[in-house]
Amino acid sequence: MLIVGELINTSRKAIAEAVDNKDAEYIKKIAQEQVDSGANYLDVNCGTQVFNEVESMEWLVNAIQELVQIPLCIDSPNPKALAAGLALCKYGQPMINSITDEKERVKAVLPLAVQYKAKLVALCMDDTGMPETAADRMRVVDSLYAKLSNQGIPDEDIYFDPLIKPISSVDTAGEEVLGTIKGIKSTHPEVHFMCGLSNVSYGLPNRKVLNRLFVVQTMTLGMDGYILNPTDKGMMGTIAASKALLGQDSFCVNYLKAHREGLYAE
Amino acid sequence: MSEFAQLAQFVYKGAAPSVKELTQKMVDSGTSPMEIITNGLLAGMDIVSPKFKNGEMFVPEVMMSARALGEGMKILKPLISGEDVSVAKTIVIGTVSGDLHDIGKNLVVMILESGGFNVVDLGVDVSPAKFVAAVKENNAQVVGMSALLTTTMLNMKETIDLMKEEGLRDQVKIMIGGAPVSQSFADEIGADAYCADAMAAKDTAGKFLK
Repeated sequence: MLIVGELINTSRKAIAEAVDNKDAEYIKKIAQEQVDSGANYLDVNCGTQVFNEVESMEWLVNAIQELVQIPLCIDSPNPKALAAGLALCKYGQPMINSITDEKERVKAVLPLAVQYKAKLVALCMDDTGMPETAADRMRVVDSLYAKLSNQGIPDEDIYFDPLIKPISSVDTAGEEVLGTIKGIKSTHPEVHFMCGLSNVSYGLPNRKVLNRLFVVQTMTLGMDGYILNPTDKGMMGTIAASKALLGQDSFCVNYLKAHREGLYAE
Repeated sequence: MSEFAQLAQFVYKGAAPSVKELTQKMVDSGTSPMEIITNGLLAGMDIVSPKFKNGEMFVPEVMMSARALGEGMKILKPLISGEDVSVAKTIVIGTVSGDLHDIGKNLVVMILESGGFNVVDLGVDVSPAKFVAAVKENNAQVVGMSALLTTTMLNMKETIDLMKEEGLRDQVKIMIGGAPVSQSFADEIGADAYCADAMAAKDTAGKFLK
């Protein structure tokens, strides 16, 4: 299981302000909190800084690494920002978020993954958009997988993101994702998965309940990576419990640890 | 309860078959199609809008209401003569170049249509030239642009710049929306309004087209 902490993202107001004011202490604090809460990677996204994304990325990566020694997930649709962030990563194997099967994106991002031996979040979409049916999705997966493999990206460095749509707009959105996990598992058993969770519950009340249940449902089918807020105790507790129930927690060590940390307090 | 109020209730409840049935019945008994739209269908959406705004109703329910309203409109649209239709209320809308996300945009289209606007939906990956052509062709007064990516949101500016070059900028009001977009971004690129959600888009369009 890989938990990527999502909080360092300039679409969040406090982070945008910290970047604008070059407030490294705040960034470090958020980085440390996420690590302390159990994040394995920290996502770094400053895409909303459209006019100086590259500089902001460099500043953020440096600020984080002044305090915490954790691998980073460099997150941008802009290859220049990806390159700038990756070049500065000092700890562990970096992760790129993300590549798609769009021609331009493959051309720009795949060489970066090779150069930095990075893990790669691979979104299930191509130049025609987000696939509608499970079969379309698998076509995109197979096509992208072939390109990554050709360039020597090992299966265990590939993290497929099935792209989660809100069930408030697409009734079958949740079920589609479950089907996609099953499909990918059967054709490419060694690859990993990554997904964000908040999309699924967009437009509905009690979003936390939906998000937590969806973690359990997707984990059951083999999803093993999430981009989320690791300081959300309820969510982290749900994941620990789910792992124990799925037989991935010998002697329930982590479940009990979560209990002692108060993750199941009412 | 009057038939109008009943129809409004059906729209509010998202009961598409009932809306269809009652609309047809009212048409058959000689009720004016424009009145059915204004006092029945749109009155129903007027119940929905505030409830959605203050969190009593949710996205899927709004979509059900919009779908129910659509069933009524299907019957009524062919019956209303040209000058009654809101020809002066045309909105051209699309997701900008390079961006293929359309869930939010589609919701906005649905809500705008349910607000009685004539919406020309250009789909996704719409180039500045396509926006400009559509404004000319439809004599639109409002342009709505959506973007979900930080890399594509700058294409909103491209579109606005082309509108200026083509001398159309004063003729149209431009509203934008999408996850990475904000009021300050709207100000920066010279859009007329930022809309945080579909209801805000409807209210904004209403103000522009008053």
